[in-house]
Amino acid sequence: MTAIVSLRNVKKSYLRGKQTVEVLHGVDLEIQASEFLGLMGPSGSGKTTMLNLIAGLDQPTSGEVVVSDKRIDKLSRGALADWRARHIGFIFQFYNLLPVLTAEANVEVPLLLTNLSRAQRRERVQTVLQLVGLADRAKHKPNELSGGQQQRVAIARAIVADPTLLVCDEPTGDLDRQSAEEIMNLLQALNRTQGKTIVMVTHDPRAAEYASRELHLDKGQLAHDARRVA
Amino acid sequence: MKYFSLVWAGLWRKRTRTVFTMLSIVVAFLLFGLLQGINQGFNTVTSNLDVDRLYVSAKTNMTDGLPIAHLNRIKSVPGVRAVSLWTYFGGFYQKAQDPLPAFATDAQQLFSVYKDIKIKPEYLEAMRKTRTGVLLSEQLAKQRGWKVGDHIPVGTSIWTKKDGSSTWDFDIVGTFDVSKYGAGFPAFYLNYDYFNEASAFGQGVVHYYIVGIDDPHQAMRISQQIDALFANSTYETQTQTESALAVMQLKQLGDINFIANAIVGAVLFTLLFLTANTMMQSVRERTAELAVLKTLGFADGKVLLLVLTEALLLCLFAGMVGLALSSLVFETPALRQIFGDDFSMPLVVIVMGAGMALLLALVSGLPPAWRARQLNIVDALAGR
Repeated sequence: MTAIVSLRNVKKSYLRGKQTVEVLHGVDLEIQASEFLGLMGPSGSGKTTMLNLIAGLDQPTSGEVVVSDKRIDKLSRGALADWRARHIGFIFQFYNLLPVLTAEANVEVPLLLTNLSRAQRRERVQTVLQLVGLADRAKHKPNELSGGQQQRVAIARAIVADPTLLVCDEPTGDLDRQSAEEIMNLLQALNRTQGKTIVMVTHDPRAAEYASRELHLDKGQLAHDARRVA
Repeated sequence: MKYFSLVWAGLWRKRTRTVFTMLSIVVAFLLFGLLQGINQGFNTVTSNLDVDRLYVSAKTNMTDGLPIAHLNRIKSVPGVRAVSLWTYFGGFYQKAQDPLPAFATDAQQLFSVYKDIKIKPEYLEAMRKTRTGVLLSEQLAKQRGWKVGDHIPVGTSIWTKKDGSSTWDFDIVGTFDVSKYGAGFPAFYLNYDYFNEASAFGQGVVHYYIVGIDDPHQAMRISQQIDALFANSTYETQTQTESALAVMQLKQLGDINFIANAIVGAVLFTLLFLTANTMMQSVRERTAELAVLKTLGFADGKVLLLVLTEALLLCLFAGMVGLALSSLVFETPALRQIFGDDFSMPLVVIVMGAGMALLLALVSGLPPAWRARQLNIVDALAGR
């Protein structure tokens, strides 16, 4: 097995007012390629901080973050942005679609950073919208879609540039049970059929059951690590 | 170009606000175009006036007049090519509220001094032969619906005739094309000799001598010589070039340049705050969206450019619409009458306007664009 993500003695602290708050206390972690990791833990345990570090949205106070053989903890802001565009697909709790754009235009946004032609971009967008089952809603704006549909558009946006890693921050946190199940089935299918590596932060034990590995964080340290047999 | 849809969509995020901001910019640049255009218009009109013509009037005040006896003495100054004269008649047609820009003159000499006025020789000859003849500008004739051969009664509140009547009967004997000089140029001429003989008083009064000179470089010397001829006499003169006189007359209306620039400056200054506020508000509302763009891989510089391009698009588009509208206003008969048929919105005003719009966009767009550039993804996504 190849580790696609490696965290080595990662510490992260924030300055809140005059006080320094240490969120992660020297975490070591390896995530294998094609793994579906469910990251759980109470509020303030450092789940989102760890996700942000893996996704290159933030940088550790100390330690190493290696993703796909690249040490990203030393990259500049510009280089990190470029790296994210090529390697990371994001799925947020509140979808974070651009409200003024249609579903297809939202999905196209990450492709604007590539060298693909307009026709190629359109073709890819149609393909992923079909994959998430929303080809018929391509021209709809986010406010014309249900929460579940918006999250599907967000998933399409996350996978359209074929990233190395999908990171999901509470992807079902804003959805009803049925929509949540649909979204989790979709993520699981992406993991199983397309081999996408997924790191998902969740509070929901039902969502975590879809993951092939469950990791618990508590007070900035790994507390429990369990692999599930498919 | 591939980011255009993103910029365009961002611009129309709050449709009503964008429309109102655009309207403000359109109106401001309409005003800018009009005022600067009028400024340029006056400059064009005065620059069309030549320095090879001098105007001689009474030193005390133009309305005091000079004696006709000055004519020959002015003619005798070396370098003087021709001398004509104007005496203000100030008539009206049918009612006092309908004035006519009428002057008594020596037409033969006048058209020799003003070489650029186009007139058929037969009209000049008819004017010479007809004591009650008048020559009109084509524009005035068209405006009034008058034609050669028409007989028109013209009233005056100044010059009563010897028979006690204040209505003068004239015969239109010709028209002339004065478009080069714009609408400010007198457009109605009667024979000075007839006026002088028929008037009950003020015989021999001349308000302006118009002096054509051979060499414009000699204007200063000739002016001084003319004024020296009449120095310390009862009728001292003041001689100046035509353009200097025009500028002086325009200044009597106020310093148009200053007024125009002050208004435009105030408007653009206010607009700057309005646009900057709109852009800042727009960026503040989109903090999370901009953070998402950065999350997806848009670099800081690219986000800065996206926001700045929005400001550019808003200001340049609305600014150009405003300038285009002001250009259309210059095509209207009202302004053509003032500045002449050839006058249209000067290119320099369009270029200045585009420059101002660009500056406005940069100054109002840079602070929010910089704010967007500096946005920290983690804080922005967490709503901090």
